[in-house]
Amino acid sequence: MIVPRYTREIPQRYRLEAEKCTGCGFIAFPPRLICPECGKKSFEKIKLQPEGKILTYTIIHVAADEFATQTPFPVAIIETKDGARLTAQVVDCSPDEVATGKEVRLMLRRIQKEGKAGILQYGYKAVLNR
Amino acid sequence: MRDVYIVGVGMTKFGELWDKSLRDLFVEAALKAMENAGVDHIDSMYVGAMSPGLFVAQEHISALLADYLGNNCIPAAHVESACASGGIAVRQGFFEVASGASEIVLAGGVEKMNDGADVTFALATASDQEYEAFHGVTFPGLYAMIARAHMEKYGTTREQLAEVAVKNHEHGLMNPNAQFRMAIKREAVMKSTMVADPLGLLDCSPVTDGAAAVIICSEEVAKKSGKPLVKIRTSAQATAFATLHARKDLASIPSVACAAQTAYKDSGLKPEDIDVMEIHDCFTIAELVVTEELGICERGKSGAAVESGMTRLGGKIPVNTSGGLKSKGHPVGATGVAQIIEIVEQLRGEAGERQVEGARLGLAQNMGGSGGSCVIHILEGQS
Repeated sequence: MIVPRYTREIPQRYRLEAEKCTGCGFIAFPPRLICPECGKKSFEKIKLQPEGKILTYTIIHVAADEFATQTPFPVAIIETKDGARLTAQVVDCSPDEVATGKEVRLMLRRIQKEGKAGILQYGYKAVLNR
Repeated sequence: MRDVYIVGVGMTKFGELWDKSLRDLFVEAALKAMENAGVDHIDSMYVGAMSPGLFVAQEHISALLADYLGNNCIPAAHVESACASGGIAVRQGFFEVASGASEIVLAGGVEKMNDGADVTFALATASDQEYEAFHGVTFPGLYAMIARAHMEKYGTTREQLAEVAVKNHEHGLMNPNAQFRMAIKREAVMKSTMVADPLGLLDCSPVTDGAAAVIICSEEVAKKSGKPLVKIRTSAQATAFATLHARKDLASIPSVACAAQTAYKDSGLKPEDIDVMEIHDCFTIAELVVTEELGICERGKSGAAVESGMTRLGGKIPVNTSGGLKSKGHPVGATGVAQIIEIVEQLRGEAGERQVEGARLGLAQNMGGSGGSCVIHILEGQS
């Protein structure tokens, strides 16, 4: 992923910045220009709580080239304590420890690199609470 | 809007076709469709393809393919909605004829997937690049998360998922154009190499080259053709939640329910009126969830429905008599058009060993991505 495209998302990837609709309270992660629930166009900036639980997950055994050396690795859909949803890898555990309902903490980790000589790209990954 | 008919169908064999290029495949299917319809010209053309740019580094295929079909000067457009591209090409052709703008429109679909591209990456571009694919989730991975949610919410079993693949391979055995004409056993599906847990290789549709085309026309052209009449009773489309994690119910595909509601309302038909269906079984779980969204069975009961034989040829509502994406193959952009072809052949009584006796109404459901887009056509045979 080229640098400008990556840096645009840094507020979300590094700091879990989101926006809360001032009309209905819907949390947009990533931020949006219009609320999909009530249509209002006014939001306040918030930071998601970096804690949540696993709603569903998979173990990826066949990955795109960029992730091929990491297989098998778990990926989960996580609901944060604020009620926002995101997709992230679950790390620092054996794949068979991952289960629906388990609580996780979101941590800043390396996600990808841009080719062989490009920048390292960081973002959130989930770690099981133990 | 005036009535619209499908008067010709044509497709290539589906498979790993190393000796055929993107343009060869499309032109072969298009010429077969024109010959089948008995027309010597087309007024306009739509071609569905998910990503010729990533698969073979070729964009601007509208002009290229029209040219190679021997048609310069006609309007032609490439339409894209991931794996629903083909169904949406048919929908554009439907509107063009319904509006009276054209008499004869070719709607085709093509994908050349086996030409050295990173297929897993290319397919994952149909997901949310920044918030799904960036984190390493693949397409099978997204459907695997739907499968897990469905299994945990409703008790759907691994055996029931496998049964979808077993059934569709049974049907595909009877389809000369299918990529994998072989029967498979339930145990083989369950033991197949893991792709994205709980989905194994035999839960996944294959990587396929192929093309399919139909000729869409006015009633006047259809009647002159002398072909059995097949009318497009309704064309419905919806988009909803391209990003999987945004869905309130992770065991659902809301775009299918939305499109189905429109299709049933527009046509005045109910699910039980339909004689045969083609469903987008890109993964075994997809067929199960869509069966529920289309109202063939209650929510959470699709696993039991497939196990009961209800959706098998000879059952109450046969699903994927063509072999589905699983056995017939899934050249992404061609799939939606190939589904329409199976339904047309069923309604014409030309499906051979796969024929559903007395089929009069057929439904084709085609979807894109993890279900962010869905297009449904209901066709009616009038022979």
